[in-house]
Amino acid sequence: MSGGALLAESLAEKAPQSLKTTGPGRRKLTPYLLLLPGLLWLAVFFVAPTISLAQNSLQQGNLIDGFQFTFHIANYTAALSSYWPQFLRSFVYAGLATIFCIMIGYPLAYTIAFRAGRWKNAMLVLVIAPFFTSFLIRTLAWQTILADNSIVVSIMRSLHITNLLAVVGLTQSTRVLNTPLAVVAGLTYNFLPFMTLPLYAALDRMDPRLIEAGQDLYCSPWTAFRKITWPLSLPGVVAGTLLTFIPAAGDYINSRLLGVPNQAMIGEVIDLKYFSELDYPTASALSFTLLIAILILVSLYVRRAGTEELV
Amino acid sequence: MSDSVTTAGAGVDLQLINVTKRFGDFTAVDDLTLTIPQGSFFALLGPSGCGKTTTLRMVAGLEEPTDGTIKLGAEDITWAKPYRRPVNTVFQSYALFPHLDIFENVAFGLRRRGQKDVKKQVDDILELVELGGLARRKPPQLSGGQQQRVALARALINRPKVLLLDEPLGALDLKLRRQMQLELKRIQLEVGITFVHVTHDQEEAMTMADTIAVMNVGRVEQMGAPTDLYENPSTTFAANFLGQSNFFNGRVMQRGTDAQVQVGDRTLRMDGSRIHSAGDDVHLGVRPEKLRIAFGADAEMPTGFNRLEGVVTDASFIGVSTQYLVRVPWGQEVIVFEQNTNRDSRVDNGAPVTIAWDPLHAFALDASQDVAAGADLDDEAAPAAVAQ
Amino acid sequence: MAVQTPTQSTKIARVGSARPGGPIRWIRAHIVPLGAGAALLYMFLPIFVVVAFSFNRPNGRYNDKWVRFSTNAWQHPCAVSGMCSGLKLSLTIGLIATVVSVILGTLVAFALGRYRFRGRSATNLLIFMPMATPEVVMGSSLLALFVMLRVQSGTMTILIAHIMFCLSFVVVTVKARIAALDPRLEQAAMDLYANERVTFWKITFPLVLPGIVAAALLAFSLSFDDFIITYFNSGATVTFPIFVWGAANHGTPPQINVVGATMFLVSLVVVIVGQVSSSRRRKKA
Repeated sequence: MSGGALLAESLAEKAPQSLKTTGPGRRKLTPYLLLLPGLLWLAVFFVAPTISLAQNSLQQGNLIDGFQFTFHIANYTAALSSYWPQFLRSFVYAGLATIFCIMIGYPLAYTIAFRAGRWKNAMLVLVIAPFFTSFLIRTLAWQTILADNSIVVSIMRSLHITNLLAVVGLTQSTRVLNTPLAVVAGLTYNFLPFMTLPLYAALDRMDPRLIEAGQDLYCSPWTAFRKITWPLSLPGVVAGTLLTFIPAAGDYINSRLLGVPNQAMIGEVIDLKYFSELDYPTASALSFTLLIAILILVSLYVRRAGTEELV
Repeated sequence: MSDSVTTAGAGVDLQLINVTKRFGDFTAVDDLTLTIPQGSFFALLGPSGCGKTTTLRMVAGLEEPTDGTIKLGAEDITWAKPYRRPVNTVFQSYALFPHLDIFENVAFGLRRRGQKDVKKQVDDILELVELGGLARRKPPQLSGGQQQRVALARALINRPKVLLLDEPLGALDLKLRRQMQLELKRIQLEVGITFVHVTHDQEEAMTMADTIAVMNVGRVEQMGAPTDLYENPSTTFAANFLGQSNFFNGRVMQRGTDAQVQVGDRTLRMDGSRIHSAGDDVHLGVRPEKLRIAFGADAEMPTGFNRLEGVVTDASFIGVSTQYLVRVPWGQEVIVFEQNTNRDSRVDNGAPVTIAWDPLHAFALDASQDVAAGADLDDEAAPAAVAQ
Repeated sequence: MAVQTPTQSTKIARVGSARPGGPIRWIRAHIVPLGAGAALLYMFLPIFVVVAFSFNRPNGRYNDKWVRFSTNAWQHPCAVSGMCSGLKLSLTIGLIATVVSVILGTLVAFALGRYRFRGRSATNLLIFMPMATPEVVMGSSLLALFVMLRVQSGTMTILIAHIMFCLSFVVVTVKARIAALDPRLEQAAMDLYANERVTFWKITFPLVLPGIVAAALLAFSLSFDDFIITYFNSGATVTFPIFVWGAANHGTPPQINVVGATMFLVSLVVVIVGQVSSSRRRKKA
């Protein structure tokens, strides 16, 4: 995960400064030879499966009698009418987690970029260090932290935070584990570095004197942030949002381990259709819908944010 | 303008013959023909985008010409790979290899050619550029001036037939730049290698080079020794790029040694060999420091000088000299630089004055040219005073 | 002048009024670093729990309540059946997936970073897509392909999947490094009598190497920690994450925490040693 910073920088990167225009003869072939093995791998194991996923999603039948391609659009209508709450829940949880990630990651990235001085590298290590342990082990640790009789939950109860959050339906009045809040907290936690590192990369490129110049020109600290820092960090925000939202929307580990048993996210439904019900067409239809929905959301978002240099 | 200027030279001269380079629709270098004699310090001077760096890169082999031939002595090197020509480059911002130390940077070319006694040669050249103690440092640990000298040593150690310098002093501050200009000149004299130096800084070119080619939009505007170019420019671009001038719109009445040019209702005298125009409509140019100024409309001036009466509209004291703006009878404002040897306190705003100049110092350029060409292209060249 | 005076005086007045100190002012001035500190605390909370509970001796099958201190799990890390073999398998898969994806990805990165060719933007899109696709979609579609081709799921299919999703991350990481490379360095080498091959191995490759190393570390950690795609394509094979997933449903031995704590410590040491040695190299001489 330490490559996240690099990844973030490369996502915000401009086109290469100097490109060899390929000359005559053999050199014209060189780029294609370099691309061949890698792209072949992606073609066979990413593009082909995605196409066959689309194809499967329009099939009918069962495992014993076999599946036939019948252009069965009903798979989609059935899937959507039965599972729209799971879709909605996935996007709401992922959206909330993304917002929380910005709220937590921004001060962190800002402090590392502008206030850490010679502790910059040390703080960067601290930011990624917790993620050296396994994703699943960390999530299991949250089970312990949010358990009914844990210190954290006792404090929340005595401060009536649980009651407050129960009003908006995020927790129950006495419990945090197995509530939506626990799922969102887990998602936020697990994808936080994917937000913090791109934010850091964007802020680190910024000249801190710009903020001083803003304050010199009668900006309050808050106005300076709104008018200068935030717009300049937008590439980082966009990259971070994509890197957080996309995996969070498809994730179901957090909702399985921390969430309400009968309030699944869409990933879990797909898992269930594949492994328990062996209903491949419906599972494929759900998968493909998720993919398309995310692509639409992402392209709308990227267009609105005005940053199209990501691809 | 004539692009083909032949300078006498023996041995391994660098020749560019009808060289053209196009990038898509853009012509960077336009039918350039040029001979650079062996052992000379040659400067390609021009604003950014004039094609000087492209010319240099074609000589280095980093760019292939669209058309034309490049020869080194008798050998045609137009299509030779960069690593097969006896030409080395000091790159802009140096391009020192960050992962190699100074010694290995300098030794790079020798090792590629499998030379013996690398150590001795590197030590010697580092002595020459006064970096003896820094052989084991990495490039980022050196100052700008030190990096510049490493880049120079790295190229020079290969004893190239031609050394190319691409804005080599651009990244240095003014004081260091002055120092390095003299240093480069000293080293060039010491090693006797042909230096081709690309720069947009006319002062730098004039300090170091024995021949300057002024380039503009892919062509050589004028070529010659620095003093000739400055004193007797043949185009408004060359005149303005090298310094300030006053230009008067005039008409040639008489040619020959005692030529006459009519400006307004005055007839001004000049040397006919300095009329660079076939037509009779000209810009008559005089550099501001060639003008003399004295108090009163009838002030005494050397006989034979052209004289104009005027009124001082502005006087700014700038230490070594004072810069005056003088309004002459037809309303034009003329710039005059005067050394502060003994400053006449009566010559101040509103004072009636006489200005005068030696006819030998004037030059006349074809009036069909833009009088301001090349004036604002460089931050160091102040805009020329423009007629009307 | 007349317009400027009032604004200037209000600015000065604001500076004057901000002078008095006090705890509230201190907090206001340090609100952002305080937030950062709180964020770090939040990030490390689970790590404390993981390390602490590796020294627990649980009563039941689940290691979720503190009972008493014990070093038992640290002394017998492989006492839980299946865990250490899963760990070994995950390390092996991680290593192979890293090597293959770094080789394939670096080639692609050089093509994208060094050449202009037809289909360049389509290639960029193809590289970006796997990163924009949720794991559950990639995992399930790959499974569907394997089912269709009647390929038995197992170590091989896991490897194929891991190389596939690591590839894009390798390409972007290495490409960024190539793009940051000054093209004049290669030109300088050619100018100094190095032909294309020598220029590549003496200049380009050493300068891109840090990017390749970073890509390898990233690929390894992605592969080693992957659960969802692996789960879809593992068949009966049990990697370490799959073992942990099973344990979450049947009982979590403290040995899992031992592995988690060890992973944390080992990577922390690797990163710190790397940081210290690179900063020492920078300071030397």
